[in-house]
Amino acid sequence: MSMLSDQLLVVAILAYLVSMLCYAVEHAFGLRGAVARTATRELVGAGAGVEPAPATSPRGGATSPRGGVTSLRGMATSLRGATSWAGRAAVGATVFGVLAHLGCLVARGLAAHRMPWGNMYEFVLTVTFIGVVAWLVLAARRPAVRRLGLYVSLALVTLLGVAGLVLYTEVMPLVPALRSYWFVIHVSTAALASGIFLVGFVTAAMYLVRAGYEQGRVGFPYSLGHRLPTAGVLEPLTFRLHTLAFPIWTFAVAAGAVWAEAAWGRYWGWDPKETWAFISWVVYAGYLHARATPSVRRSTATWIAVLGWLTMLMNLFGVNLFFEGLHSYAGVD
Amino acid sequence: MTGLGALARNSWRQLTSMRTALVLLFLLAVAAIPGSLLPQRGVNVERVAGYFAAHPDLAPVLDRLWAFDVFASPWFSAIYVLLFVSLAGCVVPRLRDHVRALRAVPPDAPRRLDRLPQHADGVVVAGGPDAVAAALRQRRWRVAVRGGTVAGEKGYLKETGNLLFHLALVGVLLGVALGSWYGWHANRLLVAGPDGTFCNTVQQYDDYGLGARVDPGELPRFCLELADFQASYLDSGQPVRYAATAVVSGFGPASVRHFSVNDPLRLPGASVYLLGHGYAPVLRYTDRAGRAQTTVAPFLPADASLTSEGVAAFPDANGGDRTAQVAFEGLYLPTVPDSPPFVRSAYPAERAPGLMLFPYRGDLGLDAGIPQSVYQLDRGQLAAGRLAQVGEPELLRVGGSMTLDDGTRVEFLGTRQWVTLSIRHDPGQPVVLASVALLLVGLMASLFGRRRRVWFRPVSGAGPAVFTAAGLPRSDYLGFTDEFSRLVAAVRTQRPAETRQLSQAQQRGPR
Ligand code: HEM
Repeated sequence: MSMLSDQLLVVAILAYLVSMLCYAVEHAFGLRGAVARTATRELVGAGAGVEPAPATSPRGGATSPRGGVTSLRGMATSLRGATSWAGRAAVGATVFGVLAHLGCLVARGLAAHRMPWGNMYEFVLTVTFIGVVAWLVLAARRPAVRRLGLYVSLALVTLLGVAGLVLYTEVMPLVPALRSYWFVIHVSTAALASGIFLVGFVTAAMYLVRAGYEQGRVGFPYSLGHRLPTAGVLEPLTFRLHTLAFPIWTFAVAAGAVWAEAAWGRYWGWDPKETWAFISWVVYAGYLHARATPSVRRSTATWIAVLGWLTMLMNLFGVNLFFEGLHSYAGVD
Repeated sequence: MTGLGALARNSWRQLTSMRTALVLLFLLAVAAIPGSLLPQRGVNVERVAGYFAAHPDLAPVLDRLWAFDVFASPWFSAIYVLLFVSLAGCVVPRLRDHVRALRAVPPDAPRRLDRLPQHADGVVVAGGPDAVAAALRQRRWRVAVRGGTVAGEKGYLKETGNLLFHLALVGVLLGVALGSWYGWHANRLLVAGPDGTFCNTVQQYDDYGLGARVDPGELPRFCLELADFQASYLDSGQPVRYAATAVVSGFGPASVRHFSVNDPLRLPGASVYLLGHGYAPVLRYTDRAGRAQTTVAPFLPADASLTSEGVAAFPDANGGDRTAQVAFEGLYLPTVPDSPPFVRSAYPAERAPGLMLFPYRGDLGLDAGIPQSVYQLDRGQLAAGRLAQVGEPELLRVGGSMTLDDGTRVEFLGTRQWVTLSIRHDPGQPVVLASVALLLVGLMASLFGRRRRVWFRPVSGAGPAVFTAAGLPRSDYLGFTDEFSRLVAAVRTQRPAETRQLSQAQQRGPR
């Protein structure tokens, strides 16, 4: 079972790599086709409230929706054949990857006779799984953002690669300190929040790129901007994802505190992991605050969200690997 | 005078602005970072001492900056106190406004409805304004009808949630403060067996910390005997389960209680947590006069296989001669490996226990009045030559013995288990927990709630049944377009009969 899990991880990584390549192909060659397709779907469908993606250049002035549909349709049909396979293959590969990813987690749990969240390796597998599921849900509901897939796949391959190469741990039962039902509650919600924050980070970073591009900035990374959904789509989406993740994160931290009380006798002790959880919480609270403050620019607020993800990464990797504390159960030597 | 007043008013306005709150939040996050990078006294005193040893020049400077007590430092406190003052200054006026808004009726329609984000013309409602109002009320809108125009507002819960969230933050802070004033905690190493019984007084703690308002005489009185301790391991040596059994006396008749990691012993006014465990070798030393003494010496585990180190001292041996006191430095291996070197245990459970003893004789230096570790010999005495190793170390099995150069004898009788316990009480805990629960409820209401307004105004000259409708979301709300069109559709089909019943009920019922 444990070996099956390891093999499925490789399969998942490969699938995400394939999806990344397909997205890249779509980006490189099928840009207009892809944009036109999504735009058509949105304008034709009822999709109220979502800003349509711009036709070719964001600086090309506003196209009236109605005119847009006809002109875009023409373009879409001409380019569809050439490019749609890449986009479709990308989504297919992602779905295939998710299934392998799920299989990898389930096999791991079966091998260990417990939830697969006992060490850092398994935790990263879970966070990325939640991230990719959240991403697929999002992509199904908002076709306009599907083009972010390249970056989501990139993040997945990176994180899973690090998990497999650096963090890999043999299947082991839990140490006594982790034997508690709070383990399931705390770790699952922390992984859930982290997975959503991960997707939120991708949209936040892409918003910053796109916003820079729309302001006429040139050069890398802003040059990537013209292939991205508009800032007007990305920014509210980023906010939504964070408003979803933040209460879950709050709950996860609180559940951790309840557990810490039972395990160590105090609900909060400024252990490095707790300290960084606090820092992340404060930074994300700062993001929501900044977002609600009219005098703070949206791009400034979004930078805070990016900073929030960096603090999450610090907690996930930095604290487990470099600090010594009560939470040192990463299982990585 | 007025200058000062203006300055004060200005500063207050500055402090309670969202921007200041933002800066303070950011500062709070930054200020917490050194607390994770540097060892903290509140977390691990030994590692602070280690840092002092490793950086003798830097550490005292950092210490003067409270770098080893970050979360108790004046600068960290200053940030959160300012933040909470700012929060109060921000929330109290909002609370007042919100209470007012809850009592008030939805405001009048703006003059130009077509300028609003949502807008629908020629909405025909057979029942007129009453029907519109009834339809809105049915959907839990708060409604005001003025001169044929119907105004509706919904989503007050958002602001309620926001205020609840921020007030709950204050609750968390109060709970923490309560805990630091009235809470206390202590640590104690407890060897199994009736002679190891410990009673809950400060004299019997190994170390402790009492809150500012805790009287040491008022700690709950109880005694604890470790009756049994079991640890089970995998073949790899990884621990799987710990189980401690204690006899608790002091609350009525003595009772037998079980506890473990993650499952503390809850007693009235105190909880007892299992933190660690180890072995205490039992040694019997027979001195030159033929007098035998027995000691139980807890050894400290040095690795995951419970290789343990410690000292067994016999200060009263040899007739109280200060220069002929005896002590043994020991290395205890619960499982002696099959082949040498015998320096590391092969497994944490006692499969093949062995005790390597290094005999010492001389002045142990116990009477100097200097507190010293019970796990180590006094290095000063060793260096001064007042205490010296006598003879080669020997590896003893349980029941084995070794004879020193002066003919005296030490026997290894076996081991006892010991546990380290944390005994704690924190009356702030329920306050913090309740506040966090409210915080979460408030947060969700605030983040997912949506304040929005709608208006239905009769089109002038078209009779009382044709309306212009408009809607205004007062927060980010992508779905408002949908809701608005559904609402307009529902209002259109509102039946007059329903309307009458409803509006009568509304008039009778409490508003
Ligand atoms: C302990 C410090 C604080 C924390 C952790 C904090 C956190 C938050 C969070 C997470 C939100 C977004 C969720 C929500 O809308 O309820 C929020 C909203 C808000 N906070 Fe704070 N806050 C703090 C202090 C303050 C202070 C000092 C002020 C006043 C200057 C303030 C004013 C507001 C306002 C007005 C909103 C609502 C914005 C909106 O209309 O959506 N907060 N706060």
